[in-house]
Amino acid sequence: MNATPEAALDTAAQFSPQGEVVMDCKLDKIFYGDFLAVRSSDVPIEKGKITGFIGPSGCGKSTVLRSLNRMNDLIDIFRFEGKVTYKGQDIYGKKIDPVVVRRYIGMVFQQPNPFSMSIFDNVAFGLRLNRFKGNIEEKVEKALQRAALWNEVKDKLKNSGLSLSGGQQQRLCIARAIATEPDVLLMDEPCSALDPIATRQIEELMLELKERYTLALVTHNMQQAMRVADTTAFFGVDISAGGRTGYLVEMGNTKEVFENPQEELTRQYVAGEFS
Amino acid sequence: MSNAELTAAAQESELPSLNRQILERRALKSGLLTTLTWIAAILASIPLFSVIYMLVVQGGARVDLEALTALPPAGFEMGGGFGNAIVGTLVMVGIAAIVSVPLGILAAIYLAILDPSSKIASLSRFLAKVLTGMPSILAGVFAYAAVVLLMGTYSAWAGGIALAVLMLPTVVLTAEEALKMVPQRMKDAAFGMGCTRSQVIWKVVLPTGLPGVVTGVMLAVAGAAGESAPLLFTALFSNYYISELAEPTASLSILIYNFSGMPFDNQIELAWAASLVLVLIVLVFNILARLFGQPKV
Amino acid sequence: MASDPFQSADTANAVSGPPSASDYAGDALFRFIAYACALLIVVLVAYILWKIGGQALPAMQEFGPSFITGTTWDVSKGDYGVLPEIWGTLYSSLLALLLGGIFGVAIAIFLTQGFIHARLAAVFRTIVELLAAIPSVVYGLWGIYVLIPLLRPTADWLHETLGWFPLFSSSLNGPGMAPAALVLAIMILPTVAAISVDAFRRIPYKVKEAAYGMGTTRWEAILKVMLPTASSGILAALVLGFGRALGETMALAMLIGNSNQISVSLFAPANTLASLLASNFPEASGIEVEALMYAAMVLLAITFVVNVLGLMIQQMTMRKFEGKK
Repeated sequence: MNATPEAALDTAAQFSPQGEVVMDCKLDKIFYGDFLAVRSSDVPIEKGKITGFIGPSGCGKSTVLRSLNRMNDLIDIFRFEGKVTYKGQDIYGKKIDPVVVRRYIGMVFQQPNPFSMSIFDNVAFGLRLNRFKGNIEEKVEKALQRAALWNEVKDKLKNSGLSLSGGQQQRLCIARAIATEPDVLLMDEPCSALDPIATRQIEELMLELKERYTLALVTHNMQQAMRVADTTAFFGVDISAGGRTGYLVEMGNTKEVFENPQEELTRQYVAGEFS
Repeated sequence: MSNAELTAAAQESELPSLNRQILERRALKSGLLTTLTWIAAILASIPLFSVIYMLVVQGGARVDLEALTALPPAGFEMGGGFGNAIVGTLVMVGIAAIVSVPLGILAAIYLAILDPSSKIASLSRFLAKVLTGMPSILAGVFAYAAVVLLMGTYSAWAGGIALAVLMLPTVVLTAEEALKMVPQRMKDAAFGMGCTRSQVIWKVVLPTGLPGVVTGVMLAVAGAAGESAPLLFTALFSNYYISELAEPTASLSILIYNFSGMPFDNQIELAWAASLVLVLIVLVFNILARLFGQPKV
Repeated sequence: MASDPFQSADTANAVSGPPSASDYAGDALFRFIAYACALLIVVLVAYILWKIGGQALPAMQEFGPSFITGTTWDVSKGDYGVLPEIWGTLYSSLLALLLGGIFGVAIAIFLTQGFIHARLAAVFRTIVELLAAIPSVVYGLWGIYVLIPLLRPTADWLHETLGWFPLFSSSLNGPGMAPAALVLAIMILPTVAAISVDAFRRIPYKVKEAAYGMGTTRWEAILKVMLPTASSGILAALVLGFGRALGETMALAMLIGNSNQISVSLFAPANTLASLLASNFPEASGIEVEALMYAAMVLLAITFVVNVLGLMIQQMTMRKFEGKK
């Protein structure tokens, strides 16, 4: 197994995206305190596509995703070295306000996390936050429709968001995230807390959403990545330095990564030899 | 795609700036609110520091052996102290603890383990919560009606019972919480070995939950030691050391109350000194509560 | 019974055996005693009501509802009414709630929403808990010798320049509503802060994450998400703090002036039900004791209603977070 940083850099460089790159993540190091969590990984996110992040647990795929809209800033000991450009602007630049970053780059989390307010208010939250002056009802309806939830909740918009089932709550959270029409939608294992039927619905939803938005998806489920992702980034764990440091092993077309991986590590992972 | 192209693409899509804007309304509002919150936190701690300062400076100046042992001075008398009040407070808190602690823990055992969801358990749990919200002076009114009128005299008994009424709900509720924290697997293990329910409680639940129970008791004692309203017309006051439990009894808090309104500097100084001693007694029990409350393992 | 299957097991293994008869008796006795103690709380509450109510009964029969609306407390004429005390109780408690509530919630936000390092927050929480541990009579003493002298210049200035305004319509001659309400606010602040801190802490981390993920600033997250989510817990904190203020006795007896009058002025002396009991009980006799018992019943009724309300809101909050509804 060849797992030196140089090798990782080489493989990452091999992937050259064809489409327009909306976000380009050139990360050097991510630290939690003294702990080096992720190193040298280049992950370009293409417009209008779903980029899947896969890899064994502890490989830092969620950490990388969360640094794309500076969610990790909530953790005191988090430190990011490198550059993430969003349409040419480095979102880790000195003058950048992380709050504004998150308005353009939305996020759906592992656990459905609706606010304890009505379904309507949940979806309208971002609109009101951005002082949206237009027709809120219309926007809410459209977001719920796009999240494939409208038919189930249209008669009970005043009910608490927490009264819905797990799968419905997750779609509510997606509706909440897309109501403000963010450019990029980051999804951190959005189906891990859901049953197979709800998972199916969310996956179909993702395929529809990519018509309008750019998606990045972390998943622990390889089948899910195969089903929905256009591009797949495979992260591995390097335990050679004594710690557990994640890094990008290989990135490419999903079909390529799964059927004809360039790296031995990738081949072993997609063949299910470790997880 | 080169960097220049990327920048051009950004300009094309009319991307609003992601930059921080310090003078924006939102930022101003945030700054203002943060400042206000800091001011509120600082303002709120001023009274505490002021009280501590007064206790140490005014009270500390008069706390000496005489103050701790002598009897309260009358009118224009100089010197004197509050030895009898310290003893009285401890005696009445002791009576209250002896009455309320066993009863409270037994009730907590019933509420937490024996039959937590029965009607009687939920009723007494509810009433215990209501009792914690009862004004302390009403405990005094009750003890006056139930003990003073019965015995025909103000007494340490009446004061102790008034304090016991205040302590009981605290003991019950904190002990119940502590006993409920004992993991089910420990109880299962004991039941699995053929213990009767009371054996499970005595041998497993009580020893395991003891730190939490003791914490609750200490907090209740600390609260009772600082109470004065329930003692006003149950124990009344006395200028002498206590010789029997069935006579009016001095306490630190009533001494402070009585002396605070007097036009004599000597008494006011003694009131501050007594306050310092009272706060220290309350603090000792609070610290004990924390020490016992340290989770083991 | 010869067919008891455990008998043979008993002889087969010398260690195992059924509990002895005394074990069983002890078990039953212990459970009965514990049951009796749980019942004791119910009996105690009933006994308290019966004792105070029984003592108050003659006064209730004599004065009836006019006791509530009457404005004089005249021992020599045997004329008793507690309207000024009810007013004073509610007014001082509401003022305290306003101040203590704002500060208590602000401190809860300060302690839970990442304004200071966790270790510093723990120090601050200890300070707030210490505030609660100081006996009320000490606050009374502090009020007389520190707070009132401190307030007087401001109060005099307010009275002289804004005297036409009802709140400042009298001057502060020693004890009065303002020092009493201020000390009350300090005393309920720990209650409000502690329960509000719990309410904020019970909000799962994922809710905070969701708010920040939507691009809220810290204050937008606090005001638009955290506060509404914690609102029922905070409401319970305010109601319970109010209940505590209603029943507070010693500090008020020392600071409010014990004057039988109804005034909105912050600087006028007033009286509360609890301090009426504290100051009149020791020297009362005959019908005045019964009237005081009646006043105690009124206080009991007010605090009972407020506390039950607070407990109900608190229960509702917990249920909400346990996912029912």
